[in-house]
Amino acid sequence: MKNAWWKVLTVVLLVYTVVMGLLGPVPRLAILNETIRNLYFHVPMWFGMTIIFTASLVNSIRYLLRPSYRLDVLAYESARTGVVMGLLGLATGSLWARYTWGTWWTPDPRLNGAAVAMLIYCAYLVLRSSIADEQQSARIGAVYNIFAFCAAIPLLFILPRLTDSLHPGAGGNPGFNYYDQAKFMRPVFYPAVFAWTLLGVWITEVTVRLALVKQKLYEKQLA
Amino acid sequence: MQLLREIWYLMQKDFRLEWRQRAALNGMLLYVGSTVYVCYLSFVRGGQLPAPAWNALLWIILLFSATNAVAKSFLQESRGRLLYYYTLVRPEAVILAKIGYNALLLLLLGLLAFGAYSLVLGNPVQDMPRFLLVVVVGALGFASALTLISGIAAKAANSNTLMPVLGFPVVIPILLQLIKAAKNALDGLDASPQPVYMLLGMNLLVVAVSYLLYPFLWRT
Repeated sequence: MKNAWWKVLTVVLLVYTVVMGLLGPVPRLAILNETIRNLYFHVPMWFGMTIIFTASLVNSIRYLLRPSYRLDVLAYESARTGVVMGLLGLATGSLWARYTWGTWWTPDPRLNGAAVAMLIYCAYLVLRSSIADEQQSARIGAVYNIFAFCAAIPLLFILPRLTDSLHPGAGGNPGFNYYDQAKFMRPVFYPAVFAWTLLGVWITEVTVRLALVKQKLYEKQLA
Repeated sequence: MQLLREIWYLMQKDFRLEWRQRAALNGMLLYVGSTVYVCYLSFVRGGQLPAPAWNALLWIILLFSATNAVAKSFLQESRGRLLYYYTLVRPEAVILAKIGYNALLLLLLGLLAFGAYSLVLGNPVQDMPRFLLVVVVGALGFASALTLISGIAAKAANSNTLMPVLGFPVVIPILLQLIKAAKNALDGLDASPQPVYMLLGMNLLVVAVSYLLYPFLWRT
């Protein structure tokens, strides 16, 4: 239980985020109204997803440089958690868009980027499950993970900055940067980022441990 | 220099193989031709297509024929032949040669598809040289993005389904830029070369990453 402090922290921060996010004070703005509370859910989920996908990428690179079962499990399980967080982010974002933009989906560069990221990691999971040999699956999966990540970066991070966008934080729309954000939202927003990221790490940690234990049991059966 | 010579031999080998077993090449040409004709028959009652739809349809045809053409580039290599390469050349030469070969093949297919397409569905292009340039850059882009994917898909069990599943998300950034650049050339209005530079940059990035990653792939 010594290392459990950050799990306690996660629970506390998440409870704080949900309570303060739903009940706390928010600026009264036209169009946005109460949907501004989505800042505490949608945005941190994307932060968490980006961090977890980056972790997956880093572990894939480390796997290629020095293959080991643990690194592969880390890369694979991070990608799976990232997909879950991405789907949550899409759902919250879509819901938000319905009430502010009046539509569930628009062909916006950022939304395209999000969709492409989801497609890539779903394709990664499909690829992993369609190669029977474990080591081959790990190595080929790592290659695809790195390749797809590099190929999609222009779409995710560069293109949205070159074109106008409806999405907050682009094309003259106020976003969550230092100057636009109401000061009293920050005490909820920053803990929310931590909380959702930690939740992602926690989920990944549990699934990784499960996979490693299963592998150990399997090895014991063989011996 | 050694690398260039290896690339040159491998590309020659691919062209010779393609020429000797013309079934695959003829299959691809027929695929392009029949796709264009199916599109023509589906749209023939609507009169002349509006320019954005014309453009989008052309690029979708090009994307699908590219995916089909590139998919077989590693499938046709038998296990023994790959082992043979392993003793002769370095992996970087294999992937670069495949990318170069696929680029030329897709260029041929793309120009033919474009010709057939404008023959039956009309040609509203205003700035022809620039549009052709975009088609050339497009062939390069599809080849560079899809070649490594075909290498990955060839290792998996159901590689025919995996090829588009793995390839499309990777190609989407390039496809979006291509459609934008082609639309500019189509209208003949916005002459800024920025989308073309953007495309060349993306191609360079994708080729560089393929170059770095292929050595890890081919030893499996």
